Amino acid sequence: MHLILFFLFAGLCLAGAINLLLQSHPINSALSLIVVMTSLAVLYLLLGAEFLAIAQIIVYAGAVMVLFTFVVMLLNAGREERTLGSRAAARIGFPAVAALLAVLATIILRAHGLSAAHLGVGLTDAPDSSNLVVLSQVLFHELLLPFEVTSVLILIAILGAVALARRDDPERTVEK
Amino acid sequence: MTFLHHDVPLAWYLLLSAALFSLGVIGFLVKRNLITVFLSIELMLNAVNLSFVAFAYQWHQVRGQIFVFFVMMVAAAEAAVGLAIIIAIFRVRSTLAVDRIDLMKL
Repeated sequence: MHLILFFLFAGLCLAGAINLLLQSHPINSALSLIVVMTSLAVLYLLLGAEFLAIAQIIVYAGAVMVLFTFVVMLLNAGREERTLGSRAAARIGFPAVAALLAVLATIILRAHGLSAAHLGVGLTDAPDSSNLVVLSQVLFHELLLPFEVTSVLILIAILGAVALARRDDPERTVEK
Repeated sequence: MTFLHHDVPLAWYLLLSAALFSLGVIGFLVKRNLITVFLSIELMLNAVNLSFVAFAYQWHQVRGQIFVFFVMMVAAAEAAVGLAIIIAIFRVRSTLAVDRIDLMKL
């Protein structure tokens, strides 16, 4: 069952990622990235990370991608044109990335100890407590300070985004 | 929990993660639209998140999942700021082609 689900959603993931590359209009790329993120959420569920699966759907496939599609529609971005730079990047980039993938695959397939024994805090050791309980215990006890700092980071990011995207005052534009 | 007996090897998840990361790198290099380049960065972040979750599953460590949680939060902040920068660039240059946005000067 896991095998079937893995192949189904891994294939969907790769298809979405390849479609992101092939589409020339940004809105199609954004929509195929939503497919990738949603299939990744299913894979997280297979790996026993329920909280992250839901967060992936809400935060990534929901909030972040809505922001992306909103900006694509707002800026009315047209099709992209192929240029000299893109041809050069493709000619050098494809072999380089193929080499990178080959190196990564070799390391992954040859690495020993990828199936090492259990270490530390058990994730699925206790059948009665869900993953969410263990995760929140660590997150809100040991890592409470980084969590709070993250909220400050988000607040600063929101303020920075508003400050950057804000239109200048009309009077100041006229003066220029 | 029904996740105790998993018949998919860890290496397959890592290979999927590596393939997604490479596709993200290709998109970053080849695509000429600023927004699509940014989407490729998000794809790379997601690929790395997948390997974090796979390792967290394999080694029964909850820290990997917490790391992914923080990566998600930082990615959300990054997306908000990055898209605001893209809007600001578009307002000045009226284009999103990365070849035409090659000067810091306005």
